[in-house]
Amino acid sequence: MITGEQKPLAEIKAKVKGYKKILVLGCGTCVKTCFAGGEDEVATLASALRLSFKKDGQTIKVEEQTIERQCEDEFIKEAAAKIAGVEAVVSLACGAGVQMVASRFPGVPLLPGVNTTFIGILEKPGLFTEKCLGCGNCIVDVFGGICPISRCAKKLFNGPCGGSSNGKCEVNAETECAWQLIVDKAISSGQLEKLAEYVPPKDWSASNAGGPRKLVREDHVI
Amino acid sequence: MNGSHLQQILDRGQFAVTAEVGPPRGSNVEAVRLKAAKIKGYVDAVNVTDNQTAIVRMSSIAGCAHLVQMGLEPVMQMVTRDRNRIALQSDIMGAYSLGIRNMVCLSGDHQSFGNQPGALNVFDIDSMHLINTVKTMRDSGKDMSGFELNEAPKMFIGAAENPFADPFEYRVIRLAKKVSAGADFIQTQCVYDMKRFKDWIIQARDRGLTEKVHILAGVTPLKSARMAKYMATKVSGITIPEAIIKRMEGVTKEQAAAEGIKICLETIQELRQLKGVHGIHIMAIEWEEKVPEIVQSAGLYPRPSLK
Repeated sequence: MITGEQKPLAEIKAKVKGYKKILVLGCGTCVKTCFAGGEDEVATLASALRLSFKKDGQTIKVEEQTIERQCEDEFIKEAAAKIAGVEAVVSLACGAGVQMVASRFPGVPLLPGVNTTFIGILEKPGLFTEKCLGCGNCIVDVFGGICPISRCAKKLFNGPCGGSSNGKCEVNAETECAWQLIVDKAISSGQLEKLAEYVPPKDWSASNAGGPRKLVREDHVI
Repeated sequence: MNGSHLQQILDRGQFAVTAEVGPPRGSNVEAVRLKAAKIKGYVDAVNVTDNQTAIVRMSSIAGCAHLVQMGLEPVMQMVTRDRNRIALQSDIMGAYSLGIRNMVCLSGDHQSFGNQPGALNVFDIDSMHLINTVKTMRDSGKDMSGFELNEAPKMFIGAAENPFADPFEYRVIRLAKKVSAGADFIQTQCVYDMKRFKDWIIQARDRGLTEKVHILAGVTPLKSARMAKYMATKVSGITIPEAIIKRMEGVTKEQAAAEGIKICLETIQELRQLKGVHGIHIMAIEWEEKVPEIVQSAGLYPRPSLK
């Protein structure tokens, strides 16, 4: 899933300032799962904004709506009526949803309310961790199912560096060293010597470095 | 033979001595000239660091070029943190054209340790890839695309290894990878934990690696008990046994520097007895003026003369 984190209230408030009527638009898929932009977060943010402006002696009308996915036109359409009646939209979707809504309603200022963070997993309740960089060419099998491209601070293909200590990364003592995990896995499966093989440099052209990517499924094109 | 004095010494089986000089934080190279003048003649080659600890300094390549002008042999450190493969290959060619004959391939300290932690790191390739790239450029005269170069950079290729980092059981396998990738010599992280270093060199010997690559053990003289504790706790990848910290604490502030040099000399003597250690790399951090004293007291002076 794509994870995101809601921006601090003060930052959202500063963006909203000056508008009399806004819509807080939630997204019911990824950002809902990570508690950044689903119905609950929309309601909480809307109340917080109303209260905060009221404290300042200002009134603001805050509409609320959450659609299934802001990255698909089919769902965005459902928000058209509300968007038509406001001066600006605070989107709690990821960067993809924000841009989709912005392009669909070019006349309405679109304010991002979420910082999109990473492609990751729900490791345990309340903890999401990064697992994929979307590099476009998966070779995770070489590393025993642990991706050093997304999980090593130096993206080492032939790690670990000299900063691996007691299983942790030197960059952050709370982060597991991906290469320690890779080596542990290799030892437990009796394949440590396989890690003696040189892993060649990556062809990054399939990644974002090759330019914004497109995925075409001819069989689904209408 | 590529004209590297360091390579000649190691290939002849003589015990090599290298040191390290950090470039200045600015465009005035005078400090490098002063440091270099002090150690000239006492070491076989001098490493010039590449924006170490991710703090911006004069480029390693420029620092090396200044040393060449002064008649010292430089070892250019090159990290993959700041440049992609295009820039790295270009700088290797440029370095060779400036008379630089040795280099050490590193990944580099993560930018979060420097004073510009907001920088974007590159890590297009890692240190292993860089070793292999230099080797390919040198031995087949081709760049990474396979394009034939008009002249191959005949570098003597170095790499780093840290016997004190984890996972220990993989360290020597990784060393073997570096050797296969093309490393001619290795400079290690500074040795304080002799037991662990010995365990490591034994493993390296058992794999036949010490026959294939020249290992230069790193040493850093401690200036004070504070420095010892700082390095033991704050610098990752360095272990300092409690006994050494106690020794540094057991002397007065005024005697601490002398004690640090004494420990360093004892370490060097022990390292010289180890089969498979082919030299030492003295990293006297902001203490370069002590290098001649260390080399002399260790009985490693005079150095073999240039051919």
